[in-house]
Amino acid sequence: MTKKRTFAGIQMGTILALIIMCVVLSLANRNFYSYDNVMGIFKQTAFNAFLSVGMLLCLITAGIDLSVGANAVFTACLMGAMNKAGVSSGLLMMLVALIAGGAFGFINGVLLTRLHLPHPFVSTLGMKNVLWGLALVVTGSQMVSGFPDSVQWLGRTTIQGFPVSFIMVLIVYVIMHIFLSRTALGRSIYCAGGNIEASRLSGINTANVLTFCYTLSGVMAAIAGIVSVGRSGISNGANATQPYDTDAIAACVIGGASFTGGKGTMVGTMIGCLIITVLRNGFSLLSIQSSIQNIVLGLVIILAVLMDVLRANMEAKRRRLASAK
Amino acid sequence: MSDYIVELKGITKRFPGVVALNNMQLSVKHGEVHGLVGENGAGKSTLIKVLTGVHQPDEGEIYVNGEQMRFKNPNESAAAGIACVYQELNIEKLLSITDNIFINKWEKKGFLLDYHSMHEKTTQVMESLGQTVDPRRAAGTMGMGVQQMIEIAKAVLIESKLIIMDEPTSSLGEREVEQLMKTVRELKSRGIAILFISHKLSELFELCDRVTVIRDGEYIETRNIEDWSNDSLITSMVGRTLDNQFPKEFGEKGDVMLKVEDLSVGGVLYDVSFEAYGGQVLGFAGLVGAGRTETVRAIFGADPIDSGRVFINGKEKKMSSPGEAVKAGIALLTEDRKGQGLVLTEPIKNNMILASMKQHSDGPFLNERRIDEGSQKLVESLRIKTPSIYEIVGQLSGGNQQKVVIGKWINSDADIYIFDEPTRGIDVGAKIEVYNVMNTLVKAGKCVLMISSEMPEILGMSDRVIVMRGGRVMAEVERDSEHFNQEDIMKAAWGGSLDD
Repeated sequence: MTKKRTFAGIQMGTILALIIMCVVLSLANRNFYSYDNVMGIFKQTAFNAFLSVGMLLCLITAGIDLSVGANAVFTACLMGAMNKAGVSSGLLMMLVALIAGGAFGFINGVLLTRLHLPHPFVSTLGMKNVLWGLALVVTGSQMVSGFPDSVQWLGRTTIQGFPVSFIMVLIVYVIMHIFLSRTALGRSIYCAGGNIEASRLSGINTANVLTFCYTLSGVMAAIAGIVSVGRSGISNGANATQPYDTDAIAACVIGGASFTGGKGTMVGTMIGCLIITVLRNGFSLLSIQSSIQNIVLGLVIILAVLMDVLRANMEAKRRRLASAK
Repeated sequence: MSDYIVELKGITKRFPGVVALNNMQLSVKHGEVHGLVGENGAGKSTLIKVLTGVHQPDEGEIYVNGEQMRFKNPNESAAAGIACVYQELNIEKLLSITDNIFINKWEKKGFLLDYHSMHEKTTQVMESLGQTVDPRRAAGTMGMGVQQMIEIAKAVLIESKLIIMDEPTSSLGEREVEQLMKTVRELKSRGIAILFISHKLSELFELCDRVTVIRDGEYIETRNIEDWSNDSLITSMVGRTLDNQFPKEFGEKGDVMLKVEDLSVGGVLYDVSFEAYGGQVLGFAGLVGAGRTETVRAIFGADPIDSGRVFINGKEKKMSSPGEAVKAGIALLTEDRKGQGLVLTEPIKNNMILASMKQHSDGPFLNERRIDEGSQKLVESLRIKTPSIYEIVGQLSGGNQQKVVIGKWINSDADIYIFDEPTRGIDVGAKIEVYNVMNTLVKAGKCVLMISSEMPEILGMSDRVIVMRGGRVMAEVERDSEHFNQEDIMKAAWGGSLDD
């Protein structure tokens, strides 16, 4: 009997898939394994990795946050607007971005838990469009560049080539891993996802637990927004149409999260994020069209879920056989 | 033609960790009402699922009307004339009664569904079961009794020869039970055999021709009903003589721990007032729908109230959420343990701390060692049958799940324990263990409230009884009162006065 959610509990298959992909791509293209390219992969992963934190929390509660991508773009544009308006303090920009991102996440939580909208799919879909529009409004639909160094530091700086943004990702993931697996609030999130009514009737303030998840999702989106500004040097409201939300969902699901809630880990999500970037990166190196990339990524998502289902069936069979002895 | 409509011979079915059925046998005659009893975990559910083709037996043979059958799926079993009305009904609540009855066997005119004919047939078949209903109404708007009749109507319509009824009366009110009994007799007179599974022995004596007892997945014996008695059935089921079905022990009556004043919820509760003392069990009697569950849910903060006051140990408390209630020292063991009591996807240990995460934390961090040790202790003291505390709760049997719920609330160290139908659907052995938990609680000076629809349980375990009807308190009966008997309490529950 293994304990749930220990490292052994994470699908070894997903880790194996990542390793196999890396080996194959290394063989296919020598550049893949170069130091610069690996660091590039880490750098590219950071943005999605931050979005996926919030997405994972919401998925564990059996919810979803479709506004993470638009929230990241909006917070980047908000900083852009401040930049244009002559705000010189990068710290102030980032602080405002974090508060704004968190505030919109909080609103998502309130819509769900206090105003009782039926499913966050709809409310966060609405919020996605609101944020997209706001991103264009605050910047007057213009690209903004020339951000202060302090804002760009997180997304741009590297130490010996190793991107600071990914170091930040690792720190956040370790903290979130401990949070989810070792704290009362973390466990409450899994319990609320597994059976929200039983959790509520056990005295857990499920409304606050859920609101917390959506608020944190907003804050993580803001961090992703800051990273994006550093990486590209610009903020661009038009980016809100990019498939950021679905990439985050894909990372979580490949990593073992489930739409029915109660499942998912930080380690799995990290692997999911890496798989997505490695795939995109490798295919670009091999000069394969983005259309093919999309097809393969789609198949990977389906395969990951299929593997999970098969694994559960095999587990059930193993139990059955064990009992027959 | 065989004497038997259905015969099972040497059926063995294994599951992870258990042999659910071991060399099981059962033979049901044409047109008889055949009772099937056993403790929970005795294998009744598995037996049903083998009969209905949900499970395939590992060994053994199934005969229908003398012909050997192999059911690969429920459709094949249905085609052979076996139908089942499960305890948890398969009703599509939003669809009409007709849709529910004709689901998957639609009648068509060309390409289109022939609702005219289907509605007519629905009306007819429901009427033959004693129900006059509008077939167009959404099934979910009907009472539980009618919903059950819809399931029976489905079975009748496909000309089933054997209808299995799994605890059909457990969710019905008194009058609905009577209607069901009438229907069962009617079906019998049409030559349809009924396999009747029940935890209520009186129903078996009223309805059955023969009764089969099973225990621990094994066949014990089948006798004609006149050769059984209450005692012999229970002895046969548990394999030991029960000297006392209700091991009631008395605590010392303490102060008023819970006082409820004029609790009202529009259309549901009307000025409900009562007091509950430490060291006592306060029973709540009444028919299904009398407002007992609604009362305790309101006290617990699970549902909003319109007016009324709740005092805990003399201090008024606003119960705006279950969180507040738990803080104030109240524990509510809900009737629906799967839906409202447990997180089935989580292991035992996580369910055990569901109501007491604070007490199991150092700062924000959970103390896993304390959780594991505490859970292990509770698993042992409550005798929960499980390989380990890491077992997913969804894998446990009903009785063991109920014990996990009890463990959860013992961990919360409440002062007031509210049990809502604590022994529903669990076996005699587990029932006694639940009663012993109540004994331990009252002896420790705690206040226990117990809602029960089983009169013997109310009389057996309560120090005092509140009788409710239609959202109102009808009577309050002390254990030493002359009214503390089945007839008087029933009378109050039906709206009669005790002072006549």
